Amino acid sequence: MSRWIRFVGWLFTSLTGLCCLMILAMVVIILGDILVHGAPGLSWEFVSAEPRVGMTEGGIFPAIFGTVALVLLMTAAVVPLGVATAIYLHEYAAQDSRVVHLVRLALQNLAGVPAIVFGLFGLGFFVQFAGGGLDALFFGGRLAFGQPCILWAALTLAVLTLPTVVVATEESLRAVPKSYREAAYSMGATRWQVMRRVVLPQSVGGMLTGAILAISRGAGEVAPIMFTGAAYYLPYLPKKLNDQFMELGYHIYVMTTQSPDVEATLPILYSTVLVLLLVTFGLNFTAVIVRSRIRRRLRQT
Amino acid sequence: MSDADSVIEVRGFSAWYGTHAALEDVSLDVLAGEILGIIGPAGGGKSTFLRSLNRLNDLQANFRSSGTIRYLGLDLADPRVDVARLRRRIGMVFAVPVPLPGTIRDNLALGPSFNGTRADLPALMEKTLRAAYLWDEVKDRLGMSAFSLSGGQQQRLCLARTLMMEPDVLLLDEPCSGLDPISTAKIEDALEELKKEVTVVLVTNNVMQASRVADRTAFFLQGRLVECGPTAQLFLTPKETVTNEYVSGRFG
Repeated sequence: MSRWIRFVGWLFTSLTGLCCLMILAMVVIILGDILVHGAPGLSWEFVSAEPRVGMTEGGIFPAIFGTVALVLLMTAAVVPLGVATAIYLHEYAAQDSRVVHLVRLALQNLAGVPAIVFGLFGLGFFVQFAGGGLDALFFGGRLAFGQPCILWAALTLAVLTLPTVVVATEESLRAVPKSYREAAYSMGATRWQVMRRVVLPQSVGGMLTGAILAISRGAGEVAPIMFTGAAYYLPYLPKKLNDQFMELGYHIYVMTTQSPDVEATLPILYSTVLVLLLVTFGLNFTAVIVRSRIRRRLRQT
Repeated sequence: MSDADSVIEVRGFSAWYGTHAALEDVSLDVLAGEILGIIGPAGGGKSTFLRSLNRLNDLQANFRSSGTIRYLGLDLADPRVDVARLRRRIGMVFAVPVPLPGTIRDNLALGPSFNGTRADLPALMEKTLRAAYLWDEVKDRLGMSAFSLSGGQQQRLCLARTLMMEPDVLLLDEPCSGLDPISTAKIEDALEELKKEVTVVLVTNNVMQASRVADRTAFFLQGRLVECGPTAQLFLTPKETVTNEYVSGRFG
């Protein structure tokens, strides 16, 4: 009997350990494959030049630039909106109100919507409705914002990542001890003073975690930007909000599926994937550094 | 019925959390300059009563109450009452020390900052820290984190932080429940001094603490005020047998 129990214990330990190993193996294989095939193609020219010869030669600088610009724009849009939503939901709204239930339900559903649907939504709502409306109102019907561009792509990604930011921010607000709030209220603080002086400083870290998660998610998505702003090939960088742009993920998609010579582009493809990973890690890393800086400053004051 | 020198008058006050009745028909006065001890077993409504006096229960979504509480004649339930201002007049110290993130100085400056800054802040800090018997221990490290203090020191910091608002009334919710005897003694000494300037309502689980420091003591049981009287009388010749049983340690 006891041998049987010991065997079952051993079996479960081995099984769970094996699962962990599989995850590790997958990461190693994916990263290793990309690194082995992609690293030789990396060069200064590759990250600083434009694509040439039907994208079989040259670099991918426009796509790197476009990705970074897109993610920054998206972050600038989603963080204020998501943080404000979370603060309202958690701090101001009556918790049993119907509106709050509806908003939460909407957020949960938003998180479950496939990325391609966001792309179509962006095309319909942002490009055609909002953009077309802007053109009709302010540009006399001339085409300015009623076309796919970096602004609409960034906003579409912002909608996609909104639930992430809201959930992370709410989590951080919930983590502020009730006793802190009560102590501040008992000292005659108004609701806004409690928020401003006690709750928000404590939850900034969590809000930035939301931003980091949003960046990770947003930088890797292709489907939402396909119809809303990403370009197959552009000889120039986006300079205005209504310019189209190249993006690494979309560039990879294009090269794998629509290149005139897939064999010839394969090395470039690998290197592009590597660069996409590096850019995503880089953006993440920057956000993590910003967060730890802010946390340290908060601890000092 | 209103007593000339009562600071707070509670009349027929009942309170509920959802459907649970926490207080039933409590009438009690807090007299100017006294230390009113409130004793009774856990769950008897002591904290609910205390938190009704500065309307801190408002933060509880499902809290309801009836009856009246008057502070210097002002009905607390009056919609025109500025709750933030009221809470500066009626300060509170909690059972568990709640230092807020930041330095000792930050903690002390917080209350006044809610009300606009004051010019004589350092002098006021020294005064309140002395009143809380903490000055000698922290005068050289006001810039250090409030979390670096011991539990007893943190609680005295919370007392000083509340005193920074120069309140009329001080509500203490089992302020010594987690503290060692020496820290407890320091807080009790501080209260003896403080009652010259403020009125104190002290909720305590420690019957002996009430007998040591309270001028009058009220005994709460299951949401009702059983009796209230001068401390010596309540302990030696209580009117109710249940009071006698509680203060002599037979239950609770």
